[in-house]
Formats: sequence, C-alpha cells, structure tokens
Amino acid sequence: MTMDINDLRGISTALLLIAFIGLCIWAWSSKRKQSFDEAANLPFADEELSQRTTQEEARNG
Amino acid sequence: MSELNAALEHPTYNYKVVRQFAIMTVVWGIVGMLVGVLIAAQLAWPALNFDLPWTSFGRMRPLHTNAVIFAFGGSALFATSYYVVQRTTQARLISDKLAAFTFWGWQAVIVAAAVTLPLGMTSSKEYAELEWPIDILIAVVWVSYAIVFFGTIVKRKVSHIYVANWFFGGFIVTVAVLHIINSAAMPVDATKSYSAYAGTVDAMVQWWYGHNAVGFFLTAGFLGMMYYFVPKQAERPVYSYRLSIVHFWALVAVYIWAGPHHLHYTALPDWAQSLGMVMSIILLAPSWGGMINGMMTLSGAWHKLRTDPILRFMVVSLSFYGMSTFEGPMMSIKTVNALSHYTDWTIGHVHSGALGWVAMISIGCIYHLIPVLFGKNRMYSVELINVHFWMSTIGTVMYIASMWVNGILQGLMWRAYNEDGTLTYTFVESVVASHPGYLVRLAGGAIFFGGMLVMAYNVYMTTRKGVAEQALPAGSAQGSHA
Repeated sequence: MTMDINDLRGISTALLLIAFIGLCIWAWSSKRKQSFDEAANLPFADEELSQRTTQEEARNG
Repeated sequence: MSELNAALEHPTYNYKVVRQFAIMTVVWGIVGMLVGVLIAAQLAWPALNFDLPWTSFGRMRPLHTNAVIFAFGGSALFATSYYVVQRTTQARLISDKLAAFTFWGWQAVIVAAAVTLPLGMTSSKEYAELEWPIDILIAVVWVSYAIVFFGTIVKRKVSHIYVANWFFGGFIVTVAVLHIINSAAMPVDATKSYSAYAGTVDAMVQWWYGHNAVGFFLTAGFLGMMYYFVPKQAERPVYSYRLSIVHFWALVAVYIWAGPHHLHYTALPDWAQSLGMVMSIILLAPSWGGMINGMMTLSGAWHKLRTDPILRFMVVSLSFYGMSTFEGPMMSIKTVNALSHYTDWTIGHVHSGALGWVAMISIGCIYHLIPVLFGKNRMYSVELINVHFWMSTIGTVMYIASMWVNGILQGLMWRAYNEDGTLTYTFVESVVASHPGYLVRLAGGAIFFGGMLVMAYNVYMTTRKGVAEQALPAGSAQGSHA
C-alpha cells in the first residue's frame, strides 16, 4: 500500500480534531476547576501593589 | 541601603512607560484619524490632493493606515500589555531601561514613517510599506518588547499565567515572525529595496502577513485587552475561564490559514484559495466564542451599562467585533467575494473592525487606565466619555452603512452586462454613483475624529494636578475603578 498526499490530509485533519477534543476535555475537567477559578480572579488580586505604586509616585513627584 | 531593602520587600509597578504609551495612543489616534478624514475628503473632492505628490491619495493612504494601526493601535497595545502583564503577574517589568527603549524606539519608527511615506519611499507591500532601514528598527524594538514581556512573565509572583497574557504573548511572537519573513528584501540603496519573493509567492507571503496582521496585531492583542479590562470594569471575573483557553488555541490555530481569501480569482492556485475560504469560515466559531465570553462577563451586571460609559464602549466594541467577524467569513466565500472584492464593501468591513472593535475597545481601556495611572479616582468628566461614546458609535455606523451601499452598488454595476455582452456601465459611472456614499463616509469619519478631540480634552484635564473631577451626571454610579 502506498501513501499519497491525500492520506496526509486525512491524517492531519483527524489529528487536529483529536487535539481539539482533547483540549476541551482538559479544559472542562473538574480537576482544574479550582485552579481556573483562582486564575480568573487574578485581575482582582493586586490592588495593594497598584496603590503602593501610585502613592510612591505621588511622594516622589 | 534601607531604601533598596524597602524596594525589594515592597515592589512597585513600572507605570511610567504605561503612561507614556497611553498618552501617545490619544495623540497618534488624533493624527492618524485626521489623515483618514483628509483622504476620505479627497475621494469626495479630488482637488484636495492639492496637485502635490506629497499629499496625493497614494501617499496619504499608507500614512493613514500605518498611523492608525501601528501608531495608535500599537501604542494602545504596548500600554495595555505592559500594564496587564505587571498587574496579573504581580511583578514589575523585568527592565525599566529596555521598556523605555521600546517606547522611544517605537516613536522613532512612527516619526520615520511619517517622513518617508509622504516622500514616496515605499516597498509597496500593504501595511508593510516602510523601507528596509525602518523595518530593521521595527524588528529590534519588537524583539526588545518580547524580552520585556516574556521576561516579566518568567519572574511572575503567581503560578498561573492569566489568559490575557496568552493573547498578548501570541500577538507578540506571531507579529515578530510575520514582520521578519514578509519584510525580507534586497536593498538597492538606503531608501529602496525589492522583496525577496517573486510573483504569486510574493502575493501569498504578503497576504499571509496581511491577514495575520489583522488576526494577531488587530485581534489577538485587543482580545488580551478584553480579557483584562472587561472583567475589571464590570467588577466580575470572565464568564468562562475554560472557554477562554479553548478560544485562544482555536483562534491562533485557525487564523494563520485565512490569508488566501485576499487572493480569490487571482493566479494563486485554486486549492489554496479554497483552503483560505474554508479556514476563514471556520474562524467564525472561535471569534464568536471569544465575543460571547466577553459579553457574558456582564451577565448579572447589565444595569452597569446604564451608568458606565466606559463599559458601554467595551460592550459595543464587542458587538462590532461579532458583526465584523460574521461579515468577514461571509465575504471570504468565493461567490460573495466575486461581488464584494475591489469595492468599498471591503473598506466598510475593515472599518467595522477598526473603528468599531479596535478603536472602541482601546478607547474604553484608555479611559479605564488614565485615572489609575495619574492617581485620580475617575476621569475628569464622565459626561464627556458618554458624548465620546455616542460620537464613536454614530460615526462608525455612518461609515460602514455608506460603504455597504457603495460596495454593493459598485459590485452590481461592474458585473452588469448588456445582451450583446458589452458592459452596461463604464467605470467612471460607478465612481459618480459612489459620490453620495463618500460624503456620508466623510461625515461619519469626521464625527469619529471629533470624538477623539473630546477624549484629548478629558484626558488632559484628568492628568492635570489639582483639578477636581466634574460632578457625575444625575443617576450615575462611579464612572471608573482603580
């Protein structure tokens, strides 16, 4: 049996589909829920640092 | 010594470079859009090119595109990415000096573009017109940008890399690759070079670059903004963090293949055209996934739209993003493209994305940023943000509606045949028929530009020391949050 370019096309399509489904399963696995929740709250976790920056800038003119 | 210890124990952020880029976003926005208004007026009244080579449409148009994409959009991207990467890694930029170099280097690129393009120095590649010495400077600045950004991620104080940084990172890496490959050229002298590629390959490399400039510079980077500033302004985390991960990988994996739709019915092999079309249609899914993720972040907080014009800017920008990412796949279908290509519909589509999405999300983010960066509670005038919002929205709608009408009109006139096979209309008849649309487009663009002047005044008043904020409009909640 000889392979040609069309086998490559089919295989690559199948691999990409598997990769996409794998990504979805990985992302929606309940094991990761907690760490994703923490990550989603990162924009709200650093107010102190930002305030310190503006305070120091005000002090140093 | 005690000061050094204090700095180590109590680190601060580098807000200086963010401030510089944020202010220049407003400045270059005004400059770039003013040139846009000029060339829109030239299409309505060609005498406005003043019969001078330097102010002719062919030289002003690349000046406009470079100024709005790379000067305005670029400054917004630098400002927000430097801000977001610090705030979500809780680490200061890895090098203040290198960050300052990216600021001054990028401004030097912009000034060089503003000088060389009117002089007619061009590589003639769309959105990559700048000649090789400037291309080299861009590459050096961009690599420095990558070092500052990824260096900061490496020294992060939290374990997770927040999703906005994935989008910014993808944008930085891809733009470096696109720019270096597409700009490869053989110099003849200091101001003239020829592309390293020839014929159809040159066209394909150009539109692989061109469409991914849209996909990564004008989309992935601004999605990075969305994933930080929309949750921040709405004061709630993103709707689905899981969807944001699938969104990122699906978007970057598909976008890179869409370029051939710029070359339908050309010498490009038919299979490559069809591949570009199919990939462009698939692109609808990740694009809308991202838009829905941004929109749904407001679920339970929709009432804030009534009182917060900054949030309104962001949500309407997402609506325009959804609209133009539906329109784009549709226009990439070869039979639709046979009607739309080379008409004003394309220009309308671009501005639905550029004004509606890119500019409005940037404007919303800058309004969020300026008070934080200058130690104020909120912008000087919330009412003026609202005025700006309506000017932007009305201006964009006028612009794209007139270009839809013009585009379909032109497409239908160009393809009309008489019974004996001759063309029904001459080209110039389609130009005459386009004139009313050009006037409406000029008016819409001028209104959008006027909104930027309102913004400049509001930003100036906010940055002044000792100037109190204006009273909030009746029934309004706090306009901005640190």
